[in-house]
This record gives sequence, C-alpha cells and structure tokens, in this order.
Amino acid sequence: MMRLGLLLAAALMLGACGEKEQVVVYKQGKYQGKPDNRSWDNDPPLAELRGGKWTKGDRTSWEESIKQRQLAQHEYQRISR
Amino acid sequence: MARMKFLCDAERCIECNGCVTACKNENEVPWGVNRRRVVTLNDGVVGAEKSISVACMHCSDAPCMAVCPVDCFYRTDDGVVLHDKDLCIGCGYCFYACPFGAPQFPQAGAFGLRGKMDKCTFCAGGPEPDRSEVEFKKYGRNRLSEGKLPACAEMCSTKALLGGDGDVIADIYRERVLRRGRGSEVWGWSTAYGLPPKPGAQPPVQQQQPAPTSGKS
Ligand code: SF4
Ligand code: SF4
Ligand code: SF4
Repeated sequence: MMRLGLLLAAALMLGACGEKEQVVVYKQGKYQGKPDNRSWDNDPPLAELRGGKWTKGDRTSWEESIKQRQLAQHEYQRISR
Repeated sequence: MARMKFLCDAERCIECNGCVTACKNENEVPWGVNRRRVVTLNDGVVGAEKSISVACMHCSDAPCMAVCPVDCFYRTDDGVVLHDKDLCIGCGYCFYACPFGAPQFPQAGAFGLRGKMDKCTFCAGGPEPDRSEVEFKKYGRNRLSEGKLPACAEMCSTKALLGGDGDVIADIYRERVLRRGRGSEVWGWSTAYGLPPKPGAQPPVQQQQPAPTSGKS
C-alpha cells in the first residue's frame, strides 16, 4: 500500500515537470472603441469660419480643398504668384 | 491617399513656442498636458543652437497602437492616429512605447494618479460626432472636419512647422532646401530664407561674460 502511494506521488510530481510552450505569440490587436466619422462626411463650415469647401461625402473634393490649404504654407509659391 | 504628417525645419524654428500656445488655446488642454513642445539643443551657443517642435508624429506603424492593452487606438483614412478615451485605462504603456513622448497624462490627484491619456490629434478630434461639444471636451477641436490644418502648423510664424499630407509638405521642404543650396552645416537667416548674404554684414560681436562676483546673489 505504502509503495503504491509513493509511486502515485512520484508520478504526480514528475508530471509537473513537463515543458510548457514559452514562445510568445503576438496577436495583432483590433480597435475596440467607438467608430469615428470621417471629415468629408460633414457639411463644409460656414464661409465666415474660413474653412475648406467640398461636397459632402466626396472624399476627393475634401482632399483637394485641404491640399490647397497645405500649399498655402509654401511661401515661395504664395509670394511669387 | 493623404497621409498626414508634420515636418519641422530646424533651420527656421526660432523657439517662439507659438505652436505650443496655439495648440493649448485651440484645444483647451488641461494644465500640465502639453500636446506639443519645443526642444532646443545647444541653447545659447551661437551658431549651434537648433530648435524643433515635437508632438505626436502620427506614425505609420505606431508603437503606441501595438502596446495598448485595451486596443483603443485607431488610424483614420488620412493616416491620423487617434484613440478612444472611453476605453483608455491610463496605464501609460503608450508613453513608454512612443519614441517622442507624445502621450500625456493629466495628474488628477496628489498620489501620482494618472488620468486618461491625451495626445495630439492632428486637430482631428476623436470618436465622437464631429464638431460636437462632447468631442471638443474630450479631444479638442476637429479642424480637419472644417477643412483646416492643425492650428500649430498654421500659426507657425516662420513656417518652420509644416503640417499636411506627407508628399505635399515634403515637396515644400525640398524646394526650400534646393533654394538654400546648402546643407544643415550653415546656420542663420540667409540659410533659412534662401537670401544671399548682405554685402558688408558683420556677425554680431560676442559680449564678454562678466566676471563672477563672490558671494551669493
Ligand atoms: S503617440 Fe507616439 S508612437 Fe503613437 S503615433 Fe504618436 S508619435 Fe507615434
Ligand atoms: S494609457 Fe490608455 S491609450 Fe495608453 S496604452 Fe494604456 S490604455 Fe492604451
Ligand atoms: S495638431 Fe492640433 S492637437 Fe496636435 S499639436 Fe498641433 S494644435 Fe495640438
């Protein structure tokens, strides 16, 4: 009886020596938050706010308007014109 | 596809902190949170002082996004990295991951308590209805939705700080450097603005340091 108990205990103890997988597998996270709306889905602001002009929902026209704004940072073009 | 970026011209930045002030004013960020800062190297050394304005760079492969345990970051269609403050747990991982120290944390209490992360939004607000009051309170102004560029870049007095589509601002900068015709080894007004040096102009005479007086002042 005693021997059987020892055997069982040894088997249990050895069982704990098994090797675990130790390589971290990187999982690409996914955005969990609320969805955001996009700039071009808004109406263009009132003229006195001096924002851009685009057609609501049309990404290309919004990009064109913001590009003109970006080029206003180019003083060589702005001044020589 | 536009990919929004900043570019700061270290030849032109005069450390006026106009961009920092513009950002604070436009987005009404709390005391202690600085979405933009101006970093100066060799401060006061004539000929070697350089300043550059830094905020979130809206990384194409953003480390903050990779480390966030609650995955509250997202990238907009025009390449702006934003986050959802409703999810953020203020753990600060993004601060340690970010190469530019962009994520900021309001210090709410006396025990180093951290609030939810706040960072530069490229003036594009966050995941709330555009131009709404709640968006303004959490994330600041949404200038992109008004067809405007970041306040900091548009307010820059010397046009050192450029903001916009990476391709467009890189072209602006390229033309500037070509006009200078020189690299970054030369310093001064004529380098920054591409003007020929004035004939007969003299460098400023360096003042002698006053001899240290004894005793504490
Ligand atoms: S917070 Fe830092 S890491 Fe994240 S996009 Fe901005 S600059 Fe890049
Ligand atoms: S502080 Fe917020 S945004 Fe930054 S990693 Fe932690 S949960 Fe994500
Ligand atoms: S883009 Fe807007 S939020 Fe970001 S530093 Fe400039 S003014 Fe501040």
